[in-house]
Amino acid sequence: MTSTAQAAGRSPVRRLAGTLHRRPRLRLSLLLTAPLLWLAVLYLGSLAVLFVSAFWTTNSFTSEVVKVWSTDNFHALFTTPVFRQVILRSIGVALAVTALSAVIAFPVAFYTARIAKPKWRPLLVVAILTPLWASYLVKVYAWRLILSQGGFADWMLKPFGLSGPGFGLFATIIALTYLWLPYMILPIHTALEQLPANLLDASADLGARAGRTFRSVVVPMVLPSVAAGSVFTFSLSLGDYITVQIVGGKTQLIGNLVYSNIELNLPMAAALGTVPVVVIVLYLLAMRRTGALSSL
Amino acid sequence: MEATAIRLQGLRKVFGETTAVAGVDLDIADGEFFSMLGPSGSGKTTVLRMIAGFESPTAGRIELAGQEVTGLAPFERDVHTVFQDYALFPHMTVEQNVAYGLKVRKVPKAKRLQQAREALADVRLEGFGARRPSQLSGGQRQRVALARALVGRPRVLLLDEPLGALDLKLREQMQVELKAIQREVGITFVFVTHDQEEALTMSDRIAVFNQGRIEQVGTPAEIYERPATPFVAGFVGTSNLLEGDSAQQVVGASGTYSIRPEKIRVLKESAEADEPEHSTATGTVVEVVYLGDATRFLVDLDAGGRLTALQQNLETSSEDVAAYRGTRVRLRWHHRHTFKVPTPR
Ligand SMILES: Nc1ncnc2c1ncn2[C@@H]1O[C@H](COP(=O)(O)OP(=O)(O)O)[C@@H](O)[C@H]1O
Ligand SMILES: [Mg+2]
Repeated sequence: MTSTAQAAGRSPVRRLAGTLHRRPRLRLSLLLTAPLLWLAVLYLGSLAVLFVSAFWTTNSFTSEVVKVWSTDNFHALFTTPVFRQVILRSIGVALAVTALSAVIAFPVAFYTARIAKPKWRPLLVVAILTPLWASYLVKVYAWRLILSQGGFADWMLKPFGLSGPGFGLFATIIALTYLWLPYMILPIHTALEQLPANLLDASADLGARAGRTFRSVVVPMVLPSVAAGSVFTFSLSLGDYITVQIVGGKTQLIGNLVYSNIELNLPMAAALGTVPVVVIVLYLLAMRRTGALSSL
Repeated sequence: MEATAIRLQGLRKVFGETTAVAGVDLDIADGEFFSMLGPSGSGKTTVLRMIAGFESPTAGRIELAGQEVTGLAPFERDVHTVFQDYALFPHMTVEQNVAYGLKVRKVPKAKRLQQAREALADVRLEGFGARRPSQLSGGQRQRVALARALVGRPRVLLLDEPLGALDLKLREQMQVELKAIQREVGITFVFVTHDQEEALTMSDRIAVFNQGRIEQVGTPAEIYERPATPFVAGFVGTSNLLEGDSAQQVVGASGTYSIRPEKIRVLKESAEADEPEHSTATGTVVEVVYLGDATRFLVDLDAGGRLTALQQNLETSSEDVAAYRGTRVRLRWHHRHTFKVPTPR
């Protein structure tokens, strides 16, 4: 056959290219080997080490890790009141930050995606992203200045006979919301921008006023993107421990407990560290049901 | 005189530099199947969107059933639209889509589900209520859009190229069904299309659009047989015009004349030149197109100009047809099929 004769005459590189073209699976596995290896060894590997070390114990005199299998640490998570409280508080903070972000992000995104003139929209998106370019620490310290005694918040609220919230749980929620807000605005902006104008017309055509169209068409269609944004705000908030140190006053979150346990009781720190991982996996599973993950 | 469903007066719409609609006056009667026919970009959709209330006119007036609605919002008009891309709500089931308008108008749940099911049965989609629009074919989606627009029994239904996305077979089937549904429910249909055949077969009356204006309004027969302008003559049916010198020679008078291709007979050049009450012209066949049931001849006339003639393939086969190319022929048609096209001064 002529085609085989031609194939035999081709250079090895071209033959390889041809083979790869005919075998998409081979091509895919070659492409994915390196990243998958990285993922498996470094990422999942370190998670596995974390999980396994959570079952070890420490010598309480020397703080040395004793590799004896025990579930005491996990038992302690659920029975020690401080741990329980801090875990619940951390989840509460993450949920509060998520809810606050969604409430703020929706109108902002609605403006940038549908009300602002089309030529300004890319600029507005850049403006929303700008805070992400500044250093995390600079932003949190800025909030420390704003919320400090006699700071900007106090000064603003003074005419109304009020004072700022000061450092604490509330300040932590505000600062975290500020930090992660862009991650909520962006997916909502994208979803609103891609919402076909036709559907809004169709809703009005069938007799719906603006409020009805918003509730019955806009919100349900954008909800998966809100859920997608919440994956970021929730997991980033749950893992944070620096913001709370700077503006949280005496407030403790899981991250702080992990940090303070690392020197003294590494296995306990590991057990505490698995909590956010598990919570986030559960959160992802819950969000998957809303279709959020396919709109990430 | 029947009641007027829609009245448009001096309707204009300007988008920045483009004048999409340049002054439209139109009366559409109650219960009519009215088509807006015109090439892409001639302003049909814009007129429709102004009737629905999605765009506000730059100038002019819109009346529905004798009431001025020019400044009213879409939800204040008794008009529903079938969109070109259907615009079904993807997050709702078929049944929820159809019931949406009823829900908005606070029809009790049991009643609106009942009506939605009936509307789905009307468009032969029983049992599809629980599906999502994404699980339907194009033709089925089209029918859901129709059911959704019809279920509230609006006074007027606006349809923007509703069959444009369907393949030929389905399209022809839907043309028949649409017409039957319209006859059944007796609602005024305003049907936008760029397909002249579709407009001719379905409509009670047609408005031919060109560059934001109406060139002619009339029944399909009037539009087809007595085009009011050269544009209509060219756009509806095959452009078959005799102008200037060739008109002078063939017809024997000056002006622009239109002859429908199926009225022209193709004969041998040697055929009798004079036949009472007939016009005749000789020429060379430059192209023959075999169409299955008929053959189309393009003939360059000796008098100048080109005419298209359409012959039924009564005895001819595709092989015979090819042999015609380049041959000399005589064209002949009855005087009464020569139609003088009024030319705008
Ligand atoms: N929203 C719009 N903005 C700017 N120009 C538009 C808009 N809608 C329509 N046009 C212009 O108006 C003209 C008529 O458009 P349209 O009504 O859609 O025509 P048709 O439906 O007959 O194809 C076109 O030139 C089109 O580009
Ligand atoms: Mg159009």
